[in-house]
Amino acid sequence: MDPLLLLEQAFNGLQFGVMLFLIAAGLTLVFGIMDLVNLAHGSLVMIGAYLATTFIGWTDSFILGLLLAIPAMFLVGVVVEVIVLRTLYLRNHLDQVLATFGLILFFNEIIRIIWGPISLYSGLPDYLSGHVEIIPGAPYPVFRLLIIAVGLLVALAIYLIVARTRLGMLIRAGASNNEMVGALGIDIKLLFTLVFALGAVFAGLAGMMLGPLTSVEPGMGEPLLILAFVVIIIGGIGSIRGAFVAAIVVGMVDTVGRVFLPVVLRAFVSDAAADTAGPALASMLIYILMAAILVVRPRGLFPARTG
Amino acid sequence: MDRRQILVAVIGLALFALVPPLAGIFDQPFYVDMFARIMIFAIAAVSLDLILGYGGMVSFGHAAYIGVGAYAVGILSYYGIDNGFVQFPVAIAAAALIALVFGLMSLRTTGVYFIMITLAFAQMLYFLGISLEEFGGDDGMPAYRSEFAGLIDLTDADQFYYLVFAFLVAALVVTHRLIHSRFGAVVRGAKANERRMQAMGFPTYRYKLAAFTIAGTMCGIAGALFANWNEFVSPDAMHWTRSGEIMIMVIMGGMGTLIGPVLGATGLLLLEEYLPEWMEALIAGTGEHWMVVMGPILIAIVLFGRGGIYALFARRGGDDG
Repeated sequence: MDPLLLLEQAFNGLQFGVMLFLIAAGLTLVFGIMDLVNLAHGSLVMIGAYLATTFIGWTDSFILGLLLAIPAMFLVGVVVEVIVLRTLYLRNHLDQVLATFGLILFFNEIIRIIWGPISLYSGLPDYLSGHVEIIPGAPYPVFRLLIIAVGLLVALAIYLIVARTRLGMLIRAGASNNEMVGALGIDIKLLFTLVFALGAVFAGLAGMMLGPLTSVEPGMGEPLLILAFVVIIIGGIGSIRGAFVAAIVVGMVDTVGRVFLPVVLRAFVSDAAADTAGPALASMLIYILMAAILVVRPRGLFPARTG
Repeated sequence: MDRRQILVAVIGLALFALVPPLAGIFDQPFYVDMFARIMIFAIAAVSLDLILGYGGMVSFGHAAYIGVGAYAVGILSYYGIDNGFVQFPVAIAAAALIALVFGLMSLRTTGVYFIMITLAFAQMLYFLGISLEEFGGDDGMPAYRSEFAGLIDLTDADQFYYLVFAFLVAALVVTHRLIHSRFGAVVRGAKANERRMQAMGFPTYRYKLAAFTIAGTMCGIAGALFANWNEFVSPDAMHWTRSGEIMIMVIMGGMGTLIGPVLGATGLLLLEEYLPEWMEALIAGTGEHWMVVMGPILIAIVLFGRGGIYALFARRGGDDG
């Protein structure tokens, strides 16, 4: 087995992992504080990718495009929270799942009406489309490195916000007892809107980073949303730390598994059988991992809340 | 069940039974096909309601069993086994086994963990279907209609229709009997207050697991019928939005009622069929974007439609079988 290939795949896994973390962070915060299951979180990823692609086209600058798309995502988050999600906080989880399911249909179709059904491709500026050799003999795409850097920075920023600021204190207080926070004179509605908009920005950021890697199309966030669910189940719902650890683990296992599982299987069964079973098993690997973890710890690795 | 509810159920089923002759009189064979599909999904919705409405288990992965049933028929057909007396028992056994395994693990969790883990397991099977190159992978594969040793000819639209009808009636009878049995009382009790049932000495985990497995098995039959209806099997059958649709059928029709899911399946699938036409008729060119109206309709149903369609007919919704 080629160690350079393994290293490259480990980097890809890390990049996928931080991407998943960006999505899972908002999801787990919104669940932890507002007790809301939001299926439409994947739509925010999609909206982020479309906004960034459009703004990059307008401004003809990658950086400016992203800088415009980030406040725009914040705005989208505020609008969605105020118009729809706010009415769902007191509903049960079943109602939340179904209503946000309806929201997904709506968002996908709105995107199709505005941007058309054909996928968009957002190119990369020259300074981001090259490769660097961090380790001699293994060139790695600059843009993927950038994603890793942005993801880790955001993770650090979230940690600092939650652990060190007044907003973070309110978030933590809200997660343990939001009625009490309200009773103490904090504008809980404003806090909820702020938290949701923050989650929308992170999800949008994931979409912006994803745009140049894949095609930008309606429904692009949905497969990622389900992976993000797997991440927060493994990590423990409501726990940022759990989401981070689980995201990296899921990203690594999925990426590395897809490459090496067929190779490993060949050592045990015939080549033909390994080539058939390898990809099938690899695509199920993270779900098997999730099941195994839940057997040992039914509330995830870092259970953040009880009840 | 009071007399009024029995009346709703009997009239509803009688209307379904009348579809083929009416379609024959008006020379509209299309409707036989359409209502066969509606009844197939009604079976799936009835099975979901058994655990969702009566058991309080919010399973978001019910389409997985449609997929298992459909692939059982498709794979056997691929290897030249078209005998329905083999295909259906295999489909039922496969769905039961998968539901048992998924239930064993999912039911260790509760609440939102349960919603997400059932969704994730269904997604796992979806990706498994995509990676099975031998059976068409992403694109799926054709499946021939099952043969029943010359007793029933499924290529005949009417005979296929009445086979589906028979399965739907059977599913309703089984569900009704289950709910009103001692077993059903325990499952419903666990929904109302699980800790109390445990304190009374009932191993609720085992009861819930049994209900979960029965529901998955029933849904597997819907899957086997769906493969026959579609004459095609693909991972799309277990796409996660399908699970969402089945849930919406249950809510739309009336959760925790016997006939509600049938009404919901009818309502949702008719809406999907005719909403584009209505929109096109209202404003030309908007028909293809019917989802933009469908989404808010679903949200409105969830927010304001307490008790579902069934509540329009019966005095009260919920828990009265």
